[in-house]
Amino acid sequence: MALLPTTTLDAVAPGEQVTILTLRGEGAVTQRLAEMGMVPGAHLTVVRYAPMGDPLEISLHGYHLSLRRREAALVEVSRCR
Amino acid sequence: MPVTPRQTIALIGNPNTGKTTLFNALTGLRQRVANYPGVTVEQKLGELQIDGTAVNLVDLPGTYSLAAISPDEMITVDTLLGQQAGAPQVKGILAIVDASNLPRNLYLVSQLIECSLPIVIALNMMDLALAKGVAVDAARLSERLGIPVIPTCAHRGTGIVEVRRALANLCNGRVPVDGPRFPERVEGALQGLQRALASLALQLGRSIQRVEAERILIDTEGLAARRLIDKIPAFGVQLTAWRQQATENGSLAGLEAIIRYQWIRQVTDVAMTQMTSARKTVSDRIDAVLTHKILGTGIFLAITAIVFQSIYTWAVPLQDGIDTVLGWMGKHVTSLLPAGALQSLIVDGLIKGVGSVLVFIPQIALLFCFIALLEDCGYMARAAFLMDRLLSRIGLSGKSFIPLLSSFACAVPGIMAARTIDNRRDRLATILAAPLMSCSARLPVYTLLIAAFIPPTAYLGGWIDLRGLTLFAMHLVGICVAIPVIWGLKCSVLRGQPAPFVMELPSYKRPSLRLVAFRVYDRVHAFVRRAGTIIAAMTIVIWALAYFPHEATQAHAIDSSALGRIGRFAEPAFAPLGWDWRIAMAAIAAFPAREVVVAAFGTIFHVGAEVSETSPGLRAALQTATWPDGRALFTLPVALSLMVFFALCCQCGATVATIRRETNSWGWAWFTFGYMTALAYAGAFAVYHIAIALGG
Repeated sequence: MALLPTTTLDAVAPGEQVTILTLRGEGAVTQRLAEMGMVPGAHLTVVRYAPMGDPLEISLHGYHLSLRRREAALVEVSRCR
Repeated sequence: MPVTPRQTIALIGNPNTGKTTLFNALTGLRQRVANYPGVTVEQKLGELQIDGTAVNLVDLPGTYSLAAISPDEMITVDTLLGQQAGAPQVKGILAIVDASNLPRNLYLVSQLIECSLPIVIALNMMDLALAKGVAVDAARLSERLGIPVIPTCAHRGTGIVEVRRALANLCNGRVPVDGPRFPERVEGALQGLQRALASLALQLGRSIQRVEAERILIDTEGLAARRLIDKIPAFGVQLTAWRQQATENGSLAGLEAIIRYQWIRQVTDVAMTQMTSARKTVSDRIDAVLTHKILGTGIFLAITAIVFQSIYTWAVPLQDGIDTVLGWMGKHVTSLLPAGALQSLIVDGLIKGVGSVLVFIPQIALLFCFIALLEDCGYMARAAFLMDRLLSRIGLSGKSFIPLLSSFACAVPGIMAARTIDNRRDRLATILAAPLMSCSARLPVYTLLIAAFIPPTAYLGGWIDLRGLTLFAMHLVGICVAIPVIWGLKCSVLRGQPAPFVMELPSYKRPSLRLVAFRVYDRVHAFVRRAGTIIAAMTIVIWALAYFPHEATQAHAIDSSALGRIGRFAEPAFAPLGWDWRIAMAAIAAFPAREVVVAAFGTIFHVGAEVSETSPGLRAALQTATWPDGRALFTLPVALSLMVFFALCCQCGATVATIRRETNSWGWAWFTFGYMTALAYAGAFAVYHIAIALGG
């Protein structure tokens, strides 16, 4: 799997699959994201954005999770080909 | 036979795992609410019989992790670890795990393993897992974890007998040991911290277990560390040193998650097989429609319209039925008992008091029927997903939408619906602002005053008139005020970091009608038990104030009653709003319920208490009422001032009692009453003077 340039999760288009590289920050939000399974190496798919553009729905570890763009911006990902 | 103290087992698991269904299946209706001071979430205590021995089961709120950020989450952890004052000592854990979502569910399990308590796992939703193409091998999972694992389908009642049997031996069972291992650096820091905490045991008044020490070390923004430092400020420096020792760079919490998910991977490799490659499930297909930009929004609006309509109009025939029955009872009592204090107490105090409680039941039952259905089938999370953007602008999340909307029908079920909001500050902000939404009980007040004082000037060829516009404006007032109020609360008493909106979107499933029925029963029961008594008591107090001191010879006894005296005494306070003592008295009499103001006007203006907001007699009486010097009492500015007052005030005993119940604090209840009364007074004052200045 060739890795393409990295970006943050809030810039990923619906339908795209990405791999988590790192989580930014050390606070409670980052911790919650990590606990929900957003750890380096995990694959996730952006399913859709809400009608008003925020929040977004992702799928990882076989379940669906919703988070806001500002939280998604803490997640560094690389696109999978 | 020696009497052994009853043992307590904690039921814990992620949200959306069928925990409540399992709890109900195990305990039936033998449950009660455990109440701890200052706690806003409630824990349920149930009792179950195993081979003739009674065991307590405490239902802990659904949680993803033991890392507690909010006080409510901390209580869950404290209860589990036996540190919660007033809670029974937990001797074993029943962990419920969603088989269709195994990896993330095992995260909490990996933390529970460290609690030094015996565990049983109920592996729920096996059917859903198979439908998703995931096979979980319970025997292998059990072997790998060293924990008994029992497959269940709680909503079908399968596996319950086996869970019961496993619980019988649980408290004597062995404690699992095979959890994730931290790297040496972290382990070393953790043990060092534990030793340091052990030497502080006397100062802390308790000893701290390993799990809590772990939370203190890892959760930099967690409550475990914060409360320790609050108690022993000097420890902050030491703690920072331990944290630095544990990790050179990067987040310790991130490291914890990595280690736990590595361990989870090892477990799922043994016990879980993905049979089909990730295919689109039925749930995904439903979701594609229900969260679609146009279709999904349309369906959402249709569903909310139905929910709103149900509590706004469908509840009315039921409420009228309750009124009719109570009116009939009142008539009978009147004919049976001689006129006097006892008759008045029963008819105007007791029956009215009970009636003012019962009248809310249809709305509460209907709203919770819908909420339970929507929640259990998985739609509630989607509703929050769709509406989040709108509400995030005022610092709330999508989860506040249904409670706030419901409050337009009635704040009582709306406030109760705020339980679905897991963030404490968001939930409080929603509860505190909910009574500002213009509820149906304000309608009689608006109807009476609009019909009496607003001219039916028509606009746009008769499509709209000034009366309709006024009614609309009254509904807008609440919303326009609620926005700055919520914003203000979020900047002051409820200040804090914006809550992350990281929300699971559970798979859709067929709702369990049993669970829905149970939820409705539970909510109605809770309302009648806890709020009902307070409401009935308030009604009787107001009755007594209006009745005593009683002089039968006087034609208009209310004028000389304690209430009348209070009205006269308070007149100067209400004069800036354009009110006389009679209006003040009616407003005070309407403290238990706004709509009472109509009947109060009937009594005060000598039309009789049996009036409705559409009685021409009452309308005429208000139009002709005068000040002692002959000026008309109700001018347009006074009518507007009164309407705005009732739009913004919290003249509703049921709301106050429900806030007290839902927040478990009189403080928040009186805070709401206080700020709304202040706003109502300010709003009425402003409207009165603006209307006069505009020549009204």
